[in-house]
Amino acid sequence: MKKLLGAALAATMLTSLAQAAEVKIGFVTTLTTGAAVIGKDQEKAVNLAIEHMGGKMGDLDINLIFADDGFKPETGKQVTDKLVKQDNVDIVAGYIWSHVLLASRKSVLDAGKFLITANAGPGPVAGKLCHENFFSSSWQNDETPMAMGEVLNQKGVKSIYIIAPNYAAGKGMVAGVKRTFKGEIMGTDMTTWPTQLDFSAELAKAKASGAEGLFVFYPGKAGGAFMKQYQQAGLKDSLPLYTTFTVDALSLPKFQAADFTDVLGSQFTQQWDPTIDNAQNKRFVADFRAKHGSYPSFYAAQAYDSIFLIKSAVEAVGGDLTNMDGMRAAMKSASYPSVRGEYTYGNNHMPIQAYYLREVVKDSDGNWTTKIVQTVYDAHQDIYAKDCALK
Amino acid sequence: MDYTLLFVQVLNGLQLGLLLFLVASGLTLVFGILDFVNLAHGSIYMIGAFICASLTFVLGNFLWAVLVALPLTGLVGYAVELLVARRLYDKDHLDHVLGTFGLLLVLDTLAHMIWGPAGITVPLPAWLDGQIELFEGANIPVFRLLIIGTGLAVAAGLFWLVNYTRLGMLIRAGASNRTMVSALGIDIQTLFALVFALGAMLAGLAGMLISPITGATIGMGGQIIITAFVVIIIGGIGSMKGAFIAAVLIGLIDTLGRSFLDSLFELVMSENAAETAAPAVSAMMIYILMAIILAVKPQGLFPPKVR
Repeated sequence: MKKLLGAALAATMLTSLAQAAEVKIGFVTTLTTGAAVIGKDQEKAVNLAIEHMGGKMGDLDINLIFADDGFKPETGKQVTDKLVKQDNVDIVAGYIWSHVLLASRKSVLDAGKFLITANAGPGPVAGKLCHENFFSSSWQNDETPMAMGEVLNQKGVKSIYIIAPNYAAGKGMVAGVKRTFKGEIMGTDMTTWPTQLDFSAELAKAKASGAEGLFVFYPGKAGGAFMKQYQQAGLKDSLPLYTTFTVDALSLPKFQAADFTDVLGSQFTQQWDPTIDNAQNKRFVADFRAKHGSYPSFYAAQAYDSIFLIKSAVEAVGGDLTNMDGMRAAMKSASYPSVRGEYTYGNNHMPIQAYYLREVVKDSDGNWTTKIVQTVYDAHQDIYAKDCALK
Repeated sequence: MDYTLLFVQVLNGLQLGLLLFLVASGLTLVFGILDFVNLAHGSIYMIGAFICASLTFVLGNFLWAVLVALPLTGLVGYAVELLVARRLYDKDHLDHVLGTFGLLLVLDTLAHMIWGPAGITVPLPAWLDGQIELFEGANIPVFRLLIIGTGLAVAAGLFWLVNYTRLGMLIRAGASNRTMVSALGIDIQTLFALVFALGAMLAGLAGMLISPITGATIGMGGQIIITAFVVIIIGGIGSMKGAFIAAVLIGLIDTLGRSFLDSLFELVMSENAAETAAPAVSAMMIYILMAIILAVKPQGLFPPKVR
């Protein structure tokens, strides 16, 4: 009996030793509901990043725990609390949805841990609620639609109608496009999120408004539903469509399977594209395609970046995770190889980066994907940075 | 007032209402006649959509897929009755809710495992994919007219089935006194299973009809089932006529609210406030209606006579 106890004790001590030599990362994303397709894509990218790192950041083993927010703010906060308190992770990353991030951020930051958003970028976290331990590997919500507003100006569009979901990110998108678009806004419809998937009433209003263009933001499955209804309504010629985050590498294979050719040639703005020419991106896209048979989405690209951002911080302090100042300085320098190419961080720890206009095209094998048509901004900073008290 | 827009929106509302009717009619049959609360009804709606979506790619045509998927969805309904529902009839409503909520989670996860999380975009044949101009400026997608037509045809068919056929007579008799019906030599088990399968086919049909518009997606059933319950509560539980009228009413209120509420609100508040407040209020309107009707007529608009 004594021997057994001794063995058990030794085993426990060994495990705790092993635990000390690891970096524990929690990754909150959506793994159930229809939005799970986004979460799964991020999961694939995160696992690919770990594989590319050989499972190690410096000398530390990577212990990554995925958590499912169920596409709900309250569930997102619960799983974040569990990661922070029960699993005692060193860093929490992920967050597809702005409302989930807003509900969960305090749990991480109050516990004195790093929080890295790999997608969501609501205005408050970039402005008044900015925090020294918060970083983004994506963008601030308003920026991508601001780039689209510029594109609309360049194309000479005189008036637009706007349809977007009624939640934090939808409001940010609408605010963004309104900020840069110089023409007239003929009307704005905010729809119930995420339940409303039938847009017949809104499309009829948009058509009746006489606007020259239609701007929409519908991430995830709502995007597919919207595109289909837009086409069924026959508005392609009378009311051209301009989108952000609505057509992505997750919906394109579905559109291709349904031979929905109207989506070819549609344009949208983004900070990343699979064709961006740098070693990190080439390796990421090629290996992702080899492994999963499809192009990675921008959600995947940002998730992949978030893990490399963390790696740069862990290695800068030689694996001493108690040196938060050192890790913070390393992340702020954005000196890791990002798939989007080089960028810098503003005082609010949001990227100052390029935005491109992407177009849906067929690749050389006939797969539907995107390419870059033009650069809209070379280095764009969000407008909330001035409200952030950080230097 | 733009009357063309109003006309188009009324048609949109009618289409939404008829789709809701298809789901609610099955729910009201099962709830009213079997006295069984079936939260998993929405999952059948989703499964109908997924079966039809897969078959569209196998058979190459949406309409053939619907014809094959309908009996298959009926079979799924029959299996659910046999394996789960039958064991719960003589328990109370809380057990129904617990049992069918569990079933809902199981079916959702099952669909997730079979079809993956991405959902399926369903292609339509070219002649259904266009629009018709009913009159100057009023363009309606052909497929939405097809939904309206199908909804009205199904409503007429159900009315005939329940009121003028032997099966309908047995259904009504079984609802008012099931012991007496079985004492007269009618196999009440089989009758109930038939009703359940019929309800499943109706929900499945609704899922199939919506899938070319929104795609077949995981969790689509959870969203419509709540509205369907509102419909049968407003219409009177067990009443087919009530389900029809309440469904069309809710379809119209929802669509017209989404269309015109913000313009109304702009008369009394700033444009920005109206833009945010209108969708919130229009999402609430059907519940407000339900609350008012429950206060005035607790049995709903058309409670069945025999209860």
